[in-house]
Amino acid sequence: MLHLIDIELVLGGRKILHNVNLELGVNEVHSVLGMNGTGKSTLASVIMGLNGYAPTAGRILFCEEDITALSISERAQRGITLAWQEPARFEGLTVAEYLATGRQVARNSPLCAQECLEKVGLRPQMYLNRAVDTTLSGGERRRVELAAVLAMGPKLAILDEPDSGIDPPSIDNIIDVIRTLSRRGAAVLLITHHGEVAAIADRASALCAGTILKTGNPVTITRFFRDYCQECLHINEPAGKELNNA
Amino acid sequence: MLDSSKELVVITDAYESAGGDPAALCNKNFAGLVVSHNRILHRNDVAGVHIEGAETPTGARARITVEAGANVKDPVHLCFGVIPQEGLQEIVSDFEIGERARVKFVAHCFFPNAVKVKHVMDAKIHVGKDAEMTYSETHYHGEMGGVEVLPVAKVVVEEGGIFNNEFKLIKGAAGEVRLDYFADLKKDAVGELNAKIYGKKRDKIVVKESISLNGENARGLAKSRIIASDHCTSEVIGEAVGNAPNARGHVDCVEIIRGKDARASAVPRLLVIDERAKLTHEAAIGSVDKKQVETLMARGLTEEKAADVVVKGMLR
Repeated sequence: MLHLIDIELVLGGRKILHNVNLELGVNEVHSVLGMNGTGKSTLASVIMGLNGYAPTAGRILFCEEDITALSISERAQRGITLAWQEPARFEGLTVAEYLATGRQVARNSPLCAQECLEKVGLRPQMYLNRAVDTTLSGGERRRVELAAVLAMGPKLAILDEPDSGIDPPSIDNIIDVIRTLSRRGAAVLLITHHGEVAAIADRASALCAGTILKTGNPVTITRFFRDYCQECLHINEPAGKELNNA
Repeated sequence: MLDSSKELVVITDAYESAGGDPAALCNKNFAGLVVSHNRILHRNDVAGVHIEGAETPTGARARITVEAGANVKDPVHLCFGVIPQEGLQEIVSDFEIGERARVKFVAHCFFPNAVKVKHVMDAKIHVGKDAEMTYSETHYHGEMGGVEVLPVAKVVVEEGGIFNNEFKLIKGAAGEVRLDYFADLKKDAVGELNAKIYGKKRDKIVVKESISLNGENARGLAKSRIIASDHCTSEVIGEAVGNAPNARGHVDCVEIIRGKDARASAVPRLLVIDERAKLTHEAAIGSVDKKQVETLMARGLTEEKAADVVVKGMLR
């Protein structure tokens, strides 16, 4: 479904991503693990086509179509969406209206707003008429973002650290959302630091210094991440010897 | 000149197009005042609310009194308009809100055919001790941009009182707007001034909102949301004076430019006199926030539609 081929991104003369090759199949949940500053959110921005994140080299194929030059809207209309780690706030826009924005491109029988909110652990009657503004806490706003992704019924959902700032008991909601998306036919690219969340993926990749070091089953990659990335003394500069031993 | 009943029909139609509920306008169950140019077409009191009106050569004078302790269930409807293409309307109003009273005013001002209309509103508002007043004013101007609007309000909010004001002009071309609101907030009083204006074509907008925190624990907010498109110019002056212990004031201005020929400026003026007072301000001027637009685009909206959604939300 999604195929990244030799993606490179140079920003301000600095290579942020290079030689990124990644394939996601239909319904596949794929975790991307990486320390801060390794390029995870940048990768999400490149796939979504955000302004300033056009790859300097490489191609992005989605359902076998080259979407590298398409706008954000065009990608969304083909079924790609992104849940931001720190989502924007909107004065005067209610949660109900926000969730409805994606429905025009939603595929057959998307979940209704109430169901989406329930899935993310928010009581619809308490949230539907609230504004998506600064009166929501960070955790609430991130949940609303996930609900909006569900409401859109995407083919590919890019979730940028959806577990960030969510209290541990609520991690189950996040996992449920990811599974729901997958059950409903979406591929999920899941960016996370959280081992428990990463483990639900079908496959996982470890990202370091803007490139994918390793892709495999999530248990192996999570272990690799723990042993070689979290303990790494060469943050974002992977040492050959350590990797060779991995 | 139309007779009063025909003029009332015209006014009611215009009122509806301005977003008002025509059923409420002359409903005997609601307090209300309808002034077309300098003719008082309708005036109604309800229990606890008394409206006196007098026609003047260029408009009307009104004195609106809400009795102490009155809890006015339904909004008081006020309606001011000029239907012809030209004219001057000067409304001088005096609001006296008694102690512990609670009341909401819904005002609509409309100039649907204006080519050269000047509308002056000079209001004095006194909110009594522990009283609460909400004043929501919506304007509808035609598309010609031929309106000059000068709303001036001087508000005094006594101890424990609450005053909420919203001025909204988002339909039609604004024309020339010079809004000047001032709130004097006494001990434990709360005041919020909120202006929302969508400027188009060659509109000129000047918004001045001042809050003077003169009582201990007074709280004030001067908030403005302005869209300047086409060749519109916009200037917002947000003032706050902290003149009492534990007074808190905030000036919050967002101006969005849409179009290369529009101009916007913001001037916050904060003056702290009592060292225990605290004032803050924030201002954002520029295009529609990129992240907001991209977020909505990621849900499938076009860039233009996404920007519209952001702007409409802001002006609600």
